Amino acid sequence: MTISPTLDRRTLLKTLGIGAVGVAGIPLLSACTGGSGPAGGSGSKTMTFGSSASDDVPKRAYQAVVDAFQKKEGATVTVNTVSHNDFQNKINSYLQGSPDDAFTWFAGYRMQYYAGKGLLAPVDDVWKQIGGNFSDALKKASTGPDGKMYFVPNYNYPWGFFYRKSFWAQKGYTVPTTFDELKTLAAKMKADGIIPIGFADKDGWPAMGTFDYINMRLNGYQFHVDLCAHKESWNQPKVQAVFDTWKALLPYQDPGALGQTWQDAAQLLGQKKTGMYLLGSFVTQQFTDKATLDDIDFFPFPAIAVEGQDSIEAPIDGLLLSKKGGDSQVAKDFLQFMGTPEAQNTYYSVDTSNIATAKGADTSKFSPLNKKCADAIANAKNISQFFDRDALPAMANNVMIPALQSFIKDGTVDIKNLESQAATLYAAQ
Amino acid sequence: MPTIPRKVRRLSKRDRLVLTVMVAIPTLIQLVFVWLPTLFSIGLSFTRWNGLDLTDIRPAGASNYQFVAQEYPPFWPAVQHNVLWLVFLAVVATPLGLLLAVLLDQNIRGSRLYQSIFFAPVMLSLALVGVIWQLFYQRDHGLLNFLLGTAGQPSAVDWFGDSNVNIWAALVAATWRHAGYVMLLYLAGLKGVDPSLKEAAALDGANAGQTFFRVVFPAMRPINIVIVVITIIESLRAFDIVYVINRGTNGLELISALVIQNLVGEGQVIGVGSALATILLVISLVPIVFYLTRTFGKEAKES
Repeated sequence: MTISPTLDRRTLLKTLGIGAVGVAGIPLLSACTGGSGPAGGSGSKTMTFGSSASDDVPKRAYQAVVDAFQKKEGATVTVNTVSHNDFQNKINSYLQGSPDDAFTWFAGYRMQYYAGKGLLAPVDDVWKQIGGNFSDALKKASTGPDGKMYFVPNYNYPWGFFYRKSFWAQKGYTVPTTFDELKTLAAKMKADGIIPIGFADKDGWPAMGTFDYINMRLNGYQFHVDLCAHKESWNQPKVQAVFDTWKALLPYQDPGALGQTWQDAAQLLGQKKTGMYLLGSFVTQQFTDKATLDDIDFFPFPAIAVEGQDSIEAPIDGLLLSKKGGDSQVAKDFLQFMGTPEAQNTYYSVDTSNIATAKGADTSKFSPLNKKCADAIANAKNISQFFDRDALPAMANNVMIPALQSFIKDGTVDIKNLESQAATLYAAQ
Repeated sequence: MPTIPRKVRRLSKRDRLVLTVMVAIPTLIQLVFVWLPTLFSIGLSFTRWNGLDLTDIRPAGASNYQFVAQEYPPFWPAVQHNVLWLVFLAVVATPLGLLLAVLLDQNIRGSRLYQSIFFAPVMLSLALVGVIWQLFYQRDHGLLNFLLGTAGQPSAVDWFGDSNVNIWAALVAATWRHAGYVMLLYLAGLKGVDPSLKEAAALDGANAGQTFFRVVFPAMRPINIVIVVITIIESLRAFDIVYVINRGTNGLELISALVIQNLVGEGQVIGVGSALATILLVISLVPIVFYLTRTFGKEAKES
């Protein structure tokens, strides 16, 4: 057999060249890793808990809950903490691989979707014990598409307008309860040389809050849920009306929105450069100065057409059982524990930036602002979960972000195109 | 004239075994990590799949491609931006790199220091690049607006947020990187040019410009081809800078950013993402085929 050295080198180089071509196709397999943990057998008082609470404060808060549970039940809980971005990005493969018995997740469509695919275990028996601790709105948010209970809420945080009390008192502004009052107030602020409504959408998602609220106030909570789940078409006058209504507000929102993050916009509110800011209550994390923090107040999104101010956007974080975890009594006990005021007090004792969901949780340590937020949630008839939790993530990230950013830019939106994109994306599920 | 019989070399059994192993292992690695994923990607671009169960894969014909071309608003802006990126790198960044290389090749004092400075951006991590340009372009506290005297004023240009200017801001950042890369390659190329060529040109009365453009530059032909291919590939791969600015939205759409958006993470739509990846693959094939035919075509002629 003869081998020509040149030919040989050439084949090798060719292969290398083709290799460079193939690199473009690599991202496909990037999601093919599964989480793994020791299996928790039923009865053996051990279980695993997958936590996406990777930041320091929430991590310690969940550890406190786990410690309290272990002490109470004499069980052993192995906690596997994963950074929250990774956790969310790999949830598909995580649930299909060997997931932990219990894990942290959200209420809403993103919970119902996996429940519908049979990847979660229902916890109706747990809810028989803890049902009395939660409002109807929370119960509704914890229900799967088959009517069974899947989710146990831990905490939530409301979205609404935040403003500086002293600044408003000084200028003589009053809290608006209707959309017309809001527009009148905004016009007054603009005349006073202030940017009326703080706004930031460089990251794409914060503008969904404005969309959700105008949609719910115009068309009702159920329409919001159905639109997010694509049971309602995007190509209809009701959706156009949302954007038309928003357009009246657009001149009062910070024109620099597309270049700043919510953290930047929070600073502007603190510096009294903007009059008010529609965001989740996590905005208060940005006010490290205690005097400023104590000066921050909250009011719910004003009423527009239907249901007054009945609905509130308050994304709920809590726990789910994986399909495998459904066989573990300890894991069920853990979820039940999470649904008690006792466990939620333990959580709040470490992480005070969120609001416990269980009735009877200790509110005596709440700041006046937190109390107000908690009341707003408790009085709400419906709790929405924010667009990117109520809708298909691809719809939120790939369709809504570009659509809202271009709407903010020039006030135009193509609802027909939104519908055709939604049809394709939801059909792929 | 009788043909000369080719010299035949016998390989020992061991040689053959070694050669087989050396060829087989890389081929296998190529197959598993490159070829199969590529083929899977192409295959999946003709399906709809939620990424959960293999039985959920449904054929979709060319509908994903139709979706991308007709219904997905960021796609055509992304194509335009990729073309703009290519033109900008070819017209501004690459000549700038060549200029730097020629200047630094003059044995000026501190040449190595300058080389390191210009090459540094190529080695910096994604996060650092983001921080550096944020400091530069930030609307209210950024260096650029400060120098322009508009920082903190309503007239300040929002370099990252204004979709009319942010692509140019990103292109300047890309040039900052690309020029350093090109400079290094050309420095190596210039060192490889036989000095006697320059001497001969000088003796023939050529001035510096003529010497460079008529003698030195053509002598660097192999490097020039590499640079052309690198410039094209860089413009197709362009991703990191727009991703750190705003993940490739609002005027910074690029095909590669759309591939990531649709394939990785929560916004995963496997069919659409695979279709975008396949489109990028087909476009990438053009410069690669060009490069391979130039390289191997020449080799075939010489052998």
